Amino acid sequence: MNPSNYLVLAAILFSIGAVGVLVRRNAIVVFMCVELMLNAANLTLVTFSRIQGTLDGQVIAFFVMVVAAAEVVVGLAIILTIFRTRRSASVDDVNLLKY
Amino acid sequence: MNPAITAATEITRTGSGEQVVFWILAPIAVLAAFGMVLARNAVHGALLLIADLFCLAIFYMLQSAPFLGFVQIIVYAGAIMVLFLFVLMLVGVDSSDSLVETLRGQRPAAIVLGTGFAGLIALPIIHVISGTQAAGLSAANNGGNVQAIAKLLFTTYVFPFEIVSALLIIAAIGAMVLGHQERTGPKVTQREMLKRRFASSGPLTPRPGPGVRARADAVDTPALLPDGRPALTSIAPEYGGQSEEEPAVPVNGTNGAGETPGPDDPEGGAPAGDSAPVGAGSGGSR
Repeated sequence: MNPSNYLVLAAILFSIGAVGVLVRRNAIVVFMCVELMLNAANLTLVTFSRIQGTLDGQVIAFFVMVVAAAEVVVGLAIILTIFRTRRSASVDDVNLLKY
Repeated sequence: MNPAITAATEITRTGSGEQVVFWILAPIAVLAAFGMVLARNAVHGALLLIADLFCLAIFYMLQSAPFLGFVQIIVYAGAIMVLFLFVLMLVGVDSSDSLVETLRGQRPAAIVLGTGFAGLIALPIIHVISGTQAAGLSAANNGGNVQAIAKLLFTTYVFPFEIVSALLIIAAIGAMVLGHQERTGPKVTQREMLKRRFASSGPLTPRPGPGVRARADAVDTPALLPDGRPALTSIAPEYGGQSEEEPAVPVNGTNGAGETPGPDDPEGGAPAGDSAPVGAGSGGSR
């Protein structure tokens, strides 16, 4: 077995997450799919770190985790604010800027 | 063969134990990801995502990144997913997907694009990178993975580290600003609440909870009023009580015991009818 198996798995997970972002309407589920994509990217970073033999990839994956945590906090606050004003968590209902 | 080369290939090749774990967990991860996208209930999706994150944490540990594996479990599966579930419960679990398609044909197009994207990334990886051997992290992890990462983090990456810490603080403040609600009316003080309570026709004292002055201390035993009638507002409507808005008049059959106190007979019917069946059912089990 070869480390590239991890890369293929990460590609598959990333694609599933991307399809979920495009297909789902619930903002929170869309957010979870974004998290899945970030984690797939992290798996790629860790695998490349192992292929290269240096730890830089792991450090960058660590940074990705921190940024993902910040993103989740702000994103969920935005979802809650939208839900408070529009009584909906669907991404289709947020269309005031459309016209 | 040169023993050094053999040892090197031993290091660079992934071991058979890792292979077993990978081929067990990789289908689980893919299935959980599919389940998350397809799940109707957002809570089920969140639980499947947690399963996926655990699989990824084990993959990190397999690839000599134990620190990242544990951070993944603690931060992602622990903190972030709890935050997700918290917001999910606040927003409402039943806020499911609308089936109205705003853009016609978006879903099939998304599925086709996703499949194509997966193929576009995975096929080059299989064809190009699969021949290369991993250098392995045993040299870099020599003094311990955590120590090595800390060394990198506080020397080479110290500036990004500081920026990221500022980002976290800004995100926390941003969440507070977004979650803050301006007060629209004047603040109601305790004195005004007291005046309002005395001006209204409602009761002045707090209502009794279930079982107060009754013979059994159970959630379905109504408290007794000073005149001996059961206070039906003291128990939940599921147990035959009344909600707070309705007047506290005894209604027939609310105890579920068949014994109904008449409205003209407050003294006799209620306590006797209460104590026998309720005490046998709930309080008498001890």
